[in-house]
Amino acid sequence: MRIGLFVPCFIDAFYPGVGVATLELLERFDCDVDYPFDQTCCGQPMVNSGCHDEARATEALFVKNFAQYDLIVAPSGSCVHQIRDNLTAIEQTPEVKHVRENTLELVEFLHDVLKVEAFPWARFEHRVGYHDSCNTLRNLGHGKPSELHGEYFSKPRALLEKVAGIELVSIDRPDECCGFGGTFSVTEPEVSTRMGQDKIADHGRNGAEYIVSADSSCLMHQSGCAARIGAPIRFKHIAEILNGASQ
Amino acid sequence: MSGNEPNPAATMARATPEPQPRPAKAADGKRVDHARSAKQFLNAPEHAKSHDTRVWAMRTKRDKQAHTIEEWEELRQLASDIKTHTLTHLDTYLEQFEANAKANGIHVHWAKDGAEHNRIIHEIFTDHGVKSVIKAKSMLMEECGFRHYMDGVGIEIVETDLGERIQQLDGEDPSHIVVPPVHKMRSDVARLFADKLGSDPENDDAHYLAGAQRDATRPLILDADAGMTGANFAVAETGGFVVCTNEGNADLSANVPNLHVASIGIEKLVPRVEDMGVFIRLLSRSALGSPITQYTSHFRGPKQGGEMHIVLVDNGRSKRLGMEKFWSSLKCIRCGACMNTCPVYRRSGGLSYGATYAGPLGLILNPTFDAHRYSNLPFASTLNGSCTNVCPVKINIHEQIFGWRQVLAENGHLPWTKKTGLAAAGKVLASPKGYRAAIKTTNSALKHLPRWAIYNRMNAWGEGREMPSPPDNGTFHDWYKRHRLNRDGASRNTSEN
Repeated sequence: MRIGLFVPCFIDAFYPGVGVATLELLERFDCDVDYPFDQTCCGQPMVNSGCHDEARATEALFVKNFAQYDLIVAPSGSCVHQIRDNLTAIEQTPEVKHVRENTLELVEFLHDVLKVEAFPWARFEHRVGYHDSCNTLRNLGHGKPSELHGEYFSKPRALLEKVAGIELVSIDRPDECCGFGGTFSVTEPEVSTRMGQDKIADHGRNGAEYIVSADSSCLMHQSGCAARIGAPIRFKHIAEILNGASQ
Repeated sequence: MSGNEPNPAATMARATPEPQPRPAKAADGKRVDHARSAKQFLNAPEHAKSHDTRVWAMRTKRDKQAHTIEEWEELRQLASDIKTHTLTHLDTYLEQFEANAKANGIHVHWAKDGAEHNRIIHEIFTDHGVKSVIKAKSMLMEECGFRHYMDGVGIEIVETDLGERIQQLDGEDPSHIVVPPVHKMRSDVARLFADKLGSDPENDDAHYLAGAQRDATRPLILDADAGMTGANFAVAETGGFVVCTNEGNADLSANVPNLHVASIGIEKLVPRVEDMGVFIRLLSRSALGSPITQYTSHFRGPKQGGEMHIVLVDNGRSKRLGMEKFWSSLKCIRCGACMNTCPVYRRSGGLSYGATYAGPLGLILNPTFDAHRYSNLPFASTLNGSCTNVCPVKINIHEQIFGWRQVLAENGHLPWTKKTGLAAAGKVLASPKGYRAAIKTTNSALKHLPRWAIYNRMNAWGEGREMPSPPDNGTFHDWYKRHRLNRDGASRNTSEN
């Protein structure tokens, strides 16, 4: 099974460590991983604002880069949601359909496909608040959102519980949005930052030293809010913890 | 300090409560600027915090109530299916409703829009010499601008719902469809009532304030010439309608005067009275987190010696029914659950939407009335999707918000700067070389430019947040080149950049 690794644009530019952790993690499980060099973006910034026409060429390039792989894995829930559910600006050829149906977010891949039982190399001796990004939670089905009636489950927490030394804390509003929201973060900066401040305060109040998530975009926003108000809380992508980061 | 001495800090705090934020309304022909109004609301920190806390409490109570019902999710599906069936056979059910209502002795009128609705009711009032009217809460009448119309023709309308009365006395629109003054604090109401009703401005006890309103309104109820209600449901097989309230004010409005006029949107139809067994279980649990409203009143015909009129109103509903992506918004039973769960609504307050409907529901309804005026609203969302999950009739609200963005973009309603900016981004992101160059420039700028050049008025991100710091050892792309390509010498990858 050949896997194409998609490292979304902002992770490539600002959080290369997340890309490295994802790649190393997949290699630890003997996956046959490739990083197509001409990759850029999934088209989400345009599509999120209703500009599907403007996203067409980017979407076409994405499919061109990844159509050759059996599976595409990315450490970003919102990008996977875009590809799987909203990559519709271009003609839906068999290639396009193949790419859309076979793109997985990293947690899904580890939990549902590899069914990982242990991360023997991982040890994280800290109190961690897990941040469910709205896209992973409600669009990809990482867990049961608090507003739905039904049996509790959480794929990312199930993975993190296998990490030695980790202590997961729960917060008052477990899956309240942190306010990033793509272009929302700049078209509604006041509401967005207020939501971000409220989110990190909830984690801080409940004793979290780290906020961990499967979406670096939420973390980029939250860490920006934390840095501005001087909140002493740290941020990690789940890939880094599962790959053995100790702090 | 002796017990009799006033505490100066407490007196100060009491003497100067934070004034209520009042976002400016968009002028005629202008776009509503949600972001700007939201900022004004957030600049009143006590109001903003209290609003978020109170509205979130409704969401929490809703969860508790919903989770006590084992078949909750099936109930939502059933309600959604009943609405799908009704809306896809709406013509039949409307005619059935009209025939049965007439057989019950009710006068039935049809209004194609708000203006016709107002004119029809004005005529009824003129025929009966009506000068003063008591009225229960109705979002449809808000849509029609009914009170403003009646102001203009000299007929006095008195709101009998406490929250709606507060808003009426303050000359403000409701900010929430179930709890109209939820953006106000008790101190705001104390000042308002002192001014309008002569109550004690220093007493902001909720019971005292409710009592003051009750004492002032009861005589008006007894003297009114006509009463008005909306309807939560209209039952086709009986020709009757159902009104749910917590204060009993709709029953007073309907039963005290001899003339009862009910305004009903055509989407309120359900086929059978037994369907109430589904909707009543969902409505108040979703709205306020209570098992049922205090009053669930079924009206079937005029009281003895009285007269009853129903005005069935379209006001854009038929047009909406024809919209492939958006027709299911007509399923809405106006519970407000989407507002209570919405993190943007809770932070920005209902008046920031500058429209009849606030919150997620407003984002998908208001553009059907005026796409340009409300073109910013579908962007006042993070698309987090919790609105869809709490909706008791399973409207895919967040997908419709996303859908409206596309419709607005394709019809030229996006601000020029945004559209051209995204078109430019689309070009760069479609070119591997252009993209690499852009990242290099951005990271170099972030690394080398002074703070004042990065954090200025043009940088909306930087208003309340730090920018991410560029990594010391380059991008992931650079890392991969150094650590993977050189190691095996060759890669299966194609073109090298």
